[in-house]
Amino acid sequence: MTFASIVFAVLFYGATAVLLIGVGLRVARYARTPAPLKIPTTPAPTSRGGVIGRMASEVVFFHSLFKANKWIWILAWVFHVALLLVLLRHLRYFIDPVWEWVVLIQPFGVYAGFAMLAGLIGLWIRRIFVQRIRYISAPSDHLMLGLLIAIAASGLAMKYLWHVDVTAVKVFFVGLMRFEIHPLPTEPLLLLHLALVVALMIVFPFSKLLHAPGVFFSPTRNQADNPREQRHTSWAARVEHTGAAAAPANRGGPVPNARSED
Amino acid sequence: MADFETPEVKEYLDMPELKPGAMSHSKPFVSRDEFQGPLGFPGELVDDWQNVALAKLAELLNTNRGLKVFMDSCVKCGACTDKCHYFLGTSDPRNMPVARQDLLRNVYRRYFTWPGRLFPKLVGAQDLTEDVLDQWYSYFHQCSECRRCSVYCPYGIDTAEITMAAREVMNAVGKGQKYSNEIIGKVFKIGNNLGLPQPALLDTLEGLEEEVKEDTGVDVRYPLDEKGADVLLVTPSADFFAEPHVDGLIGYGKVFHQAGISWTLSSHASEAANFGLFIGSQENMRKIAMRVREAAEELGVKRIVFGECGHAWRVAYSFLNTLAGPFDFLDPRYPVPQHICEVTHELIQRGALTLDKSANDHRRVTFHDSCNVARASRMGNTPGGQFTIPREIIQAVCNHYYDMPPDTIGEATFCCGGGGGLLTDDLMELRVKGALPRMQALRQVVEQEGVTHLAAICAICKSQFAKVLPYYGFEMDQIVSVHQLVSDAIVLEPARQNT
Repeated sequence: MTFASIVFAVLFYGATAVLLIGVGLRVARYARTPAPLKIPTTPAPTSRGGVIGRMASEVVFFHSLFKANKWIWILAWVFHVALLLVLLRHLRYFIDPVWEWVVLIQPFGVYAGFAMLAGLIGLWIRRIFVQRIRYISAPSDHLMLGLLIAIAASGLAMKYLWHVDVTAVKVFFVGLMRFEIHPLPTEPLLLLHLALVVALMIVFPFSKLLHAPGVFFSPTRNQADNPREQRHTSWAARVEHTGAAAAPANRGGPVPNARSED
Repeated sequence: MADFETPEVKEYLDMPELKPGAMSHSKPFVSRDEFQGPLGFPGELVDDWQNVALAKLAELLNTNRGLKVFMDSCVKCGACTDKCHYFLGTSDPRNMPVARQDLLRNVYRRYFTWPGRLFPKLVGAQDLTEDVLDQWYSYFHQCSECRRCSVYCPYGIDTAEITMAAREVMNAVGKGQKYSNEIIGKVFKIGNNLGLPQPALLDTLEGLEEEVKEDTGVDVRYPLDEKGADVLLVTPSADFFAEPHVDGLIGYGKVFHQAGISWTLSSHASEAANFGLFIGSQENMRKIAMRVREAAEELGVKRIVFGECGHAWRVAYSFLNTLAGPFDFLDPRYPVPQHICEVTHELIQRGALTLDKSANDHRRVTFHDSCNVARASRMGNTPGGQFTIPREIIQAVCNHYYDMPPDTIGEATFCCGGGGGLLTDDLMELRVKGALPRMQALRQVVEQEGVTHLAAICAICKSQFAKVLPYYGFEMDQIVSVHQLVSDAIVLEPARQNT
């Protein structure tokens, strides 16, 4: 067993813990925080089913972004769909035997790597050259794109330029899943690729990558537009939380829980 | 004229070159002790204001899911950067919605997130300094809380919520805005934004009855505080005397008269507007909203109807049930509350009003969707009713109706430039420049369709347009109330029996 195997085993266990616990805590926090008032951006669906449809069109098609700006939309959408395919393709390094559909998408996953890179580079070009977007960018916004580009590029380089022993890589990761440490190949490109992925997993719960769970909790998108038909009572939860104001006249017995409605 | 240049209205809206700091001088008058006290805010900047501000921000983050999610979720994609009318009119990059949000978000990152604590420069986190507070005061009073940016954000981030939170924090440290806070105080003390006491209201309404009698020969009533009426009408106090608002109020009265609906205004709730929304203070918003409930109980009405007012309709439609409900003592056959346009529309649909469209033949009309009605409320039973119902009313009373370009109406509507607590003379430059996108769209239908009048259903829009239209070469009386058009077209019969 090499030194690298141990270091990367520790890194991946640690990063996975940070990612899961970090995002879990964040999501719990979102879910716990009351949404005191009905604030869907209207026109909005009036039913729960409609809200699911609206949310799906946001998450799958980036509907609002499509309305906003076709350039950002196409680049962002291509990047995200490609990222999804790439992630699914990588399942084969963690599962043995590999599921049929994961085998089927392998070739698409490879092309998706290029599409992902193209989308990211397009987004970075806009971030650098469109004056308005340059103005709103912090160093971390550039770094995040750089990190994702480096992950994609190092991955593609291993596929096309400097091959690694992927069978050994698979043995290492399947081993980790069973809490066993097997030798990890030590090609620099592989170690770079893996280290960057570890970095991405660690920054996820502390960065703007929280937009992924966040969108599901966005009250302007996940609330139904039915305030006249159904009294929204999370307000009371807010008041209880702060004690800032007298609770509103509570005529109907106990106030339902804040989370009950959205 | 003032010491600024009115932007040039071109054929198309140009994407402005960024001019950093172009509007950093724009600040409304700061509130004083006498206006802060009644709202429960300190009278001047408190000594340890940083700590108070951060404590308040922490409280808001714990009690407002939207704020917390919005602080975390922005990826700086830039989708919103060209959506704000104040940015388009002023070229100041801080008026791009994301840049405005970042004034608060950078402080949030500094004190409430690990990257901001450890690597502030890397993530753009900022200490809460006096300079930052100054920028907050300036730029969070350059947002009309119109929600146009929230339509386009892939995460639905609503700058209005962030502006409200920032204003709430500023009020908590004693740096409030005089205009909004003074007005809220008047509502608490007297019952309406304008500070009109009951005798003055009575006098005004009697004057209206005489005026309508003179014009039409019919006794149309404008009742105040009449117990046992079916409908409590809550309308913005500007409707009692401002032009063209009052012509709308005359119209509501004629509609009720013609439909045989007994109605009354209330001196206790003589204000539909609720500036508690603008300053993000849910406590103050609730106190104002409770007056409507109290008036309805006191007068024993069966229905509550709101007059033409944009943000008032947001508070009424979206929040009233939460803040002051449940309204189980009212007639369950009607939604609580209703918009006057819903009432009029329904009456037109079932042929209860006799209308002479030709009375408006001297007008070629377009309709300005008010932001809070468009993006924060609904009318009728289906989503988007807030767009179709007012238009169908106008088309039922006017022969000549034309829409402005589609990317400037409906959910994409541009704010008048005076909403969100900015309708004050100390922000005139901002108001004029912020009106540019709407003026540009108006010019287009004026030139192409010969439009002569802009109709609206919001007291703030009406006041704002009356003031800024002349800056752009239009006449101030080109803004009209929707119910003014109804009023002119309605054929009155002598009083009917109540049905």
